[in-house]
Amino acid sequence: MNLANLQRAVARAVMQPLTPSEHMRRNAPGGGRMSAYAARFIKPNDRLTSLERLEIYNRQYWFRLLTSMAEDFPGLRAILGGSRFESMCKAYLTERPSRSFTLRNLGSHLESWLRQNREWIRNKRVLALDMVRLEWADIEAFDGRAEPALRTEDLGEIARANLNLRIQPYVQLLKLHYPVDDLLLEVKEGGDEGADRASNAFQERRKRSKVRAIAELRRAQIFLAVHRLDFSVYFRRIEPEEFALLNALRNGKSVECAIELAFRKSAIPAADRAASVQHSFQTWAALGWFCRPEKNMRGEKSREKRA
Amino acid sequence: MAGNRFNGYTDYGIGIGLRSPHYQHILSRKPVVDWFEIISENFMIDGGRPLHILDQILEQYKVVQHGVSMYFGSAEKPNREHLRRLKDLVKRTKTPWLSDHLCWGSVDGRYTHDLLPMPYTFEAARITAQKVREVRDFLEVPIAVENVSSYAEYHVSEMTEWEFLNEVVERADCGILLDVNNIYVSSRNHGFDPFTYVNSVPAERVAQIHIAGHSKFEKYILDTHDHPVIDPVWKLYERAVQRAGHTATLLEWDDSIPSFQEVHREALKANRFLADTALRIAV
Repeated sequence: MNLANLQRAVARAVMQPLTPSEHMRRNAPGGGRMSAYAARFIKPNDRLTSLERLEIYNRQYWFRLLTSMAEDFPGLRAILGGSRFESMCKAYLTERPSRSFTLRNLGSHLESWLRQNREWIRNKRVLALDMVRLEWADIEAFDGRAEPALRTEDLGEIARANLNLRIQPYVQLLKLHYPVDDLLLEVKEGGDEGADRASNAFQERRKRSKVRAIAELRRAQIFLAVHRLDFSVYFRRIEPEEFALLNALRNGKSVECAIELAFRKSAIPAADRAASVQHSFQTWAALGWFCRPEKNMRGEKSREKRA
Repeated sequence: MAGNRFNGYTDYGIGIGLRSPHYQHILSRKPVVDWFEIISENFMIDGGRPLHILDQILEQYKVVQHGVSMYFGSAEKPNREHLRRLKDLVKRTKTPWLSDHLCWGSVDGRYTHDLLPMPYTFEAARITAQKVREVRDFLEVPIAVENVSSYAEYHVSEMTEWEFLNEVVERADCGILLDVNNIYVSSRNHGFDPFTYVNSVPAERVAQIHIAGHSKFEKYILDTHDHPVIDPVWKLYERAVQRAGHTATLLEWDDSIPSFQEVHREALKANRFLADTALRIAV
């Protein structure tokens, strides 16, 4: 057996889900006994059988990946419950094994996978999907790219030229059906405090508090910008018009066009809109959310003008 | 033999792994540390706090990159996106050498995120050495491959682990990151004499040495990096520096991480062996 085929065979066994008691399955990938499968590749020694030696890697694989998922999606874990969350992660990782060199990207397909596998989120579908989107946005905002930010005084020039204003790549814009930002903060706060306290009673109270928070969460549409300031991630609630405006800018619309789109269905009186836009732009500029239009965008614009 | 072509002719002394629980202490107290080793993958990102911290560390300390997912021994080609990001980081850190493991961990684009043991075959040595050369040529920095801890051996192996290591580094003409804790762990799991391993390594290729702690289970030892270094591992370290000379040494402590001072104190225990080596060379 050549190197590639040996590695394929071992990887199939290592990535096969564990039993409920966290041991290697007795059935091999493709059928047959796992003990025989392992014995084809792995030498036994005086203490461990071939299967037991392979099982060490099988368990390490799943423990590492499940720990990473639990760290990245504490909110979803709180919604589904620990046991269901773990089962869901096993199913997700079996169908969508990591294709990235970094564990950071392990959950990158979780939202799309959950949309196709709704049985895992059943009666909490909308809430769970909202939470997954928020938690992935949290990851993206934490280490996403930042361009040199525009200053407030730069904005006038760009607006006058009606250029495309870019939003920082790390800023994530979300339209959500539940106030999951509050819930995630509650869950994370509980996790952080719990880590410092060994008391079982405290942990139990925390768990009950989280469950209560989820049970009491009422549906309410929110618009959120997940961003970072001084290298910490923040969840900032924004108005529907602001969300539409930022989204339009992100999609390459000019400032003028974005403003027009943002207020198309707005209840804000026409007389108040200019002040509202000015205030929003000043705030976002102060937060460093704007960056310079890409050079080729300027080029395209000038070509359009010539035409 | 302070520096050699596999560590950029540097003489880096004793370092520790840069870990997030110590960031605040390092940046606020600025302790004297010879150098820090970073896990490359933690900084192969587009922005944010990790890179901001790294830039501050780079202003004051020497940094060497150590990777966990290049998988020199995987039969597939190197991941281009991985290489591109790694090269960006090499430019940022100006690491004088770069290390990753002599292992495999990905198949057909799927990643196990583990350091899986190699079959010790000539085919595997040839493929691995070719990949080391490709990576070095792309990154334009000396490469050192690290021996891993292992818990399994393959029927197909045609040589011992140290013979395989030698075969790869000679074919690739690369350096060695000699992990004496990993040698100890594997020697217990597979029943070989760890000194035979240390004595068989081409000393002139040793770019760096790793020391660490591990966990003992009933039937095997697991490389957990969550304990101080035990005496048998120090003895292997002593032998390694007797052979390789004053070599850049790094303590790995990745789980149940104690205070910065405790980790650094544990690492500095290596000084007593390095001092002996220096004395012997002087005499």
